[in-house]
Formats: sequence, C-alpha cells, structure tokens
Amino acid sequence: MFVQQIIQNLIHFLPEMVLTATFCIAILAGLIFRNNSKVVGWVAFIGVMTALLFVINQSGTSEEIFSGMIAVDPFAVFFKSLTAICALIIILFSAYSVEVQTTVKRMAEYYALLITMTLGMFLMAGATNLLMMVLAMELTSYSSYILAGYTKEASDSSEASLKYIIYGAVSSGVMLYGVSILFGLSGAMNYSGINRALTLSAPNYYALLIATIFIVVGFGYKISAVPFHFWTPDVYEGAPITITAFLSVASKAAGFAMMMRFFKVIFIDTTILALPSGVWISLYHFEWNKLLVILSVLTMTLGNLVAVWQDNLKRLLAYSSIAHAGYMLMGVVLLSDKGVAAVLIYFVMYLFMNLGAFYVVMLVANKTGSEDISAFRGLGYRSPIISVAMAIFLVSLTGLPPTAGFIGKFYLFSAVLDARWIWLAVVGAVNSVISLYYYARVLRYMFLRDAKDNLENLHILRIEALILLVLAIPTLIFGLYFAPIVDLANASVQMFGLH
Amino acid sequence: MQDLINFLQHPGLTHFLILSGLLFSFGIFAILTRRNAIMVLMGVELVLNAANINFVAFSRYVTTSLDGHVVAIFVIILAAAEAAIALAIILNIYQNFNTVNVDEINKLKD
Repeated sequence: MFVQQIIQNLIHFLPEMVLTATFCIAILAGLIFRNNSKVVGWVAFIGVMTALLFVINQSGTSEEIFSGMIAVDPFAVFFKSLTAICALIIILFSAYSVEVQTTVKRMAEYYALLITMTLGMFLMAGATNLLMMVLAMELTSYSSYILAGYTKEASDSSEASLKYIIYGAVSSGVMLYGVSILFGLSGAMNYSGINRALTLSAPNYYALLIATIFIVVGFGYKISAVPFHFWTPDVYEGAPITITAFLSVASKAAGFAMMMRFFKVIFIDTTILALPSGVWISLYHFEWNKLLVILSVLTMTLGNLVAVWQDNLKRLLAYSSIAHAGYMLMGVVLLSDKGVAAVLIYFVMYLFMNLGAFYVVMLVANKTGSEDISAFRGLGYRSPIISVAMAIFLVSLTGLPPTAGFIGKFYLFSAVLDARWIWLAVVGAVNSVISLYYYARVLRYMFLRDAKDNLENLHILRIEALILLVLAIPTLIFGLYFAPIVDLANASVQMFGLH
Repeated sequence: MQDLINFLQHPGLTHFLILSGLLFSFGIFAILTRRNAIMVLMGVELVLNAANINFVAFSRYVTTSLDGHVVAIFVIILAAAEAAIALAIILNIYQNFNTVNVDEINKLKD
C-alpha cells in the first residue's frame, strides 16, 4: 500500500528525477569525452531544459507527495521554473566563460554540481517537512561550496569556498538546533502537522521565539540578509562569475521560497475565517514578521551604504544583491498574498537584470582580465553594445522606468503601502535613492570618461551579443508589458493545503 | 546518593535538554574562539550533535512516533558529508596559503 503510494507519487517527481539522471549522464559523458567540454555542456543544457518542460507541465496541480515531504503546487512550480531558467542561462554563460573553460578536464564536475544545485533548489521550493527543508538546503549548499572554489588554483577562489563553508556550516547547524526545538514543541516534522499542534495547544512563547530566531539564522544566511551576510561579498568576489551569478539569483530565490512557505504554512491561524481574502494572521499573534522587518531594514540599508564604496564590480553587485534581498523581505512581512505576489514579480525582473549585469562584468573580465570599475573606463566608446546593455541593467536595478526593475519595485511598494507599513516604504524609497548613486557611478565610468591610453575596442562574438540581447530585451519588455508576469505571480501564491 | 542513582537510571527530558544546551554552547564557543579552521569545524560538529540529542530526546519523551530518530540519522549523514567537503576545502587552502588559520586567510578585502 505504502509502496504503491510512493510509485504513484513518482509522476509528480519527474523534474527532479530528470535532473538526477542528468547528473549521472553528465559525469559519464565527462569520462567518455575527456577533452571536449562542449558535450557535457549540451548534456546539462538538454537535461535542465527537459526538467523545465516537466515543471511547466506540472502547472495547475496541487498535491503533496511522499507522505507530506514535498508539495507540488503553483508556488513551487513558479520557483522551480525560475530556478531552471536561471540554470539554463548560467550553463550558457559557462560555455563562454574564459575563467571556467580553462579547466576542460574538470568541466563534467562543474556541470554535474550545477545540476545538483538546481536539484537542491527544486526540493527547497517544494519542501513541506522540516527534514526535507534541511536536506534540500544542505544539498544546495554543499554543491555551491565546491563550485565557489572550483578554480582551485586561484587562491581567491579557495578562500571564497572556505569562508562559504564555515559560515554555511555554522548557520545551518544553528538552524538545525532551532528545528529540533520546534520539533520538540509541536511533536511533528510536517509543516501542516506543526501548524495543527500549535493551534491545539500554545507552546511556551519564548521557546517558540528562540526556535524561530535560530531557524531565521539559516534562512538569513541563504538569502544573505544582514547580519548573516558576511560571507556574501567575499564569496561573490572570489567565486567564478558564473557561480556568483547563479548564487545571487537562484539560491536567493530558493531561500525565499523556502522561507515564505515555512512561515505561512506553519504560523497561519486557520481558525479565523472572517478576514478579507488574501490576508492572513499569525497564530496567537506570534509576530515573526516583526523579526523579519528588522532584518529587512538592516539588509537594505547596509547593502546600499556599503556598495557605495566598492571598486570591484563583483563586490559592488554582491552588496547590491544584499540590498535587493532587503527590498524583497518587505514583501514577506506583510502577511498578505499581495506581498507574496510582489516578491514573485520582483524575482522575475531581478532574474534578468541581475544575470545581465553579472554577464557584462564577465564579458569585460574575459577581454580585459579585470573586474575593477576602471576596466569600464570609456567602455561606451570601446564597445557600444556592451555598455548600452549594461546601462539598461543598471537603470533597471535602480528601479527607474521604463525597465523591469521599476515594475518590480512598483508592485512591492504598493503592496507595502496597502498593508499600511508606511515607514517601511519610506525606508525602501530612501534606499533606492542611495542605490542610484553607485549604479550611476558605473554609468559615468562607461560614458563620461574617455579611454586615456587609446584602449582598444572590445570585440564580442555574435553568440555573446545574442546572450546579451536575450537578457536585455526582457528587461526592457517587462518594463512596458508586464501583465502576464503579474497574472502568473497572482496565480502562483497558492500553496498546498491553504486557501 | 539514592537520588543520584535514581536520576542516572531514569533521566528525564530536562536532563537531555540541559546536556544538549551545554553541548550547543560549547560548540558556539569553539566556533567563536578557535582560529584553526579544523577546530571551527569540530565546533560545528558539536552543534549538530546537540541538535541530534534534542531530536532523539524529544522523539522519546514528546511523541510516540520515530520521526526524531530518523532525523538524527539523516543529520549524522549530513555531518559526515559536510566534514568530507570541508576537509577537502581546507586541504586546498593549505596548498594555497600554507596555513589553516582563518584569520590569516584574508586576501579578499573587507
């Protein structure tokens, strides 16, 4: 009976199974085609593409599989698609990254680990059990520890991986301790089971608070929220750019998915029915959202203020991505579907603009060997295509119309204002203004500073220009025609077991 | 004396929680004070094992299910995998920096 149920559930587990198979095939392909990294790249690309198709095929289902371990619902499908698209773009990046491609013999490991990371994020998006949540998070983390130090000859890269694993191990250890306390308070590992137990009898308030704080340490590390962000700048600077880009978008998205599901499903008060639709309140007014508000304000303020002083562009984008995590946290604390939908919209926009910015940094680093802001001096004359694309991404990251970033911020701030968190919206707006300074500084280097020593023009391959367009066009289009994204996000806030 | 024997024969949930709390604190203390990367990792192991004691104790005293025991087994596997990766990374660090002191490994600027 039990076995039969598991076999029936496998149909909902196809994307993850495809990724697992791709992992094995990638390693085998790497053994067979030792001196040709292209084959493994194609295997990885096709595998993730197939997984993406299976994920899209899942849209509309709302099931809980493997005795409540994983949910397959619109919310999970949204984040899985986002992760898969991000992984596809990163595989494309990797194929043209000088830094990564110098190690042809080890490319199979690289792609295989990229796929396990994607698999971990898929599981994070669907996890509805504390054990599954921890396992999925660790699967993602372990792969990323290794990938951060992938170019193992470079000491920067190895330093990045050491810092990553130490911070990661400590925060996941603390999170696990919090999970154990939560398990003790409720006697269940399943999210809905915990919710039922907490509804029936109120546990000790302080014990619950401590458990939640410990668990937030783990979430905060994953989404690089202040004060758990210390690893972010160093890891982003030291790791290969492709991995940095992947960590800054997909890893963060998976972390947010896991966090939103955790807080909503566990702490929602299901006994109160007389609420306007799309709004919920927390069990016996346990104010976990106050905790996250503090994180949100700290995260965006510190991220933006420190970014102002950065000269290394990878480091600058690291702090900018910390700041963006702060903006998105604003959507999580509102206890409304509108806030959650705003976060989802923001992530779609963030995917294109942030990957785009990292891709430009990678292109410039490929040609000039430097990630410093001075490498961008006079880029507007040396390579108009790259610099116009970079300008689009930076304007979008600032959140100015008519780009995608504006739409993301617009929905986020209107959700915050709707929930009457006016001071929070003001803090967010002030932060956006600060961010304009450092984004505009890069623009100034590109267009207003002439190349002094007659630096030669940068030539880019046709395929590189194509990838650039693939990222720049959505960044512009979603700024003008965003209705489908908004509809998709509104349909995707649905989590299994909640109405 | 009789009390002590009685307590040793029938430990309660509180005793296990105190033990795990102590272990957790020692772990965090080791992480914060030790400068050798391997010592820091040993601190992390203490933290993970503190969580494990909690899981098993809660499973025994709070619920009737075996959930906690199963989780503890998974955590042991996680800890092993983590140690394997961490030691590989530390070995790599040693080749590049000739030290495993986390304070000296600071080439990336703050």
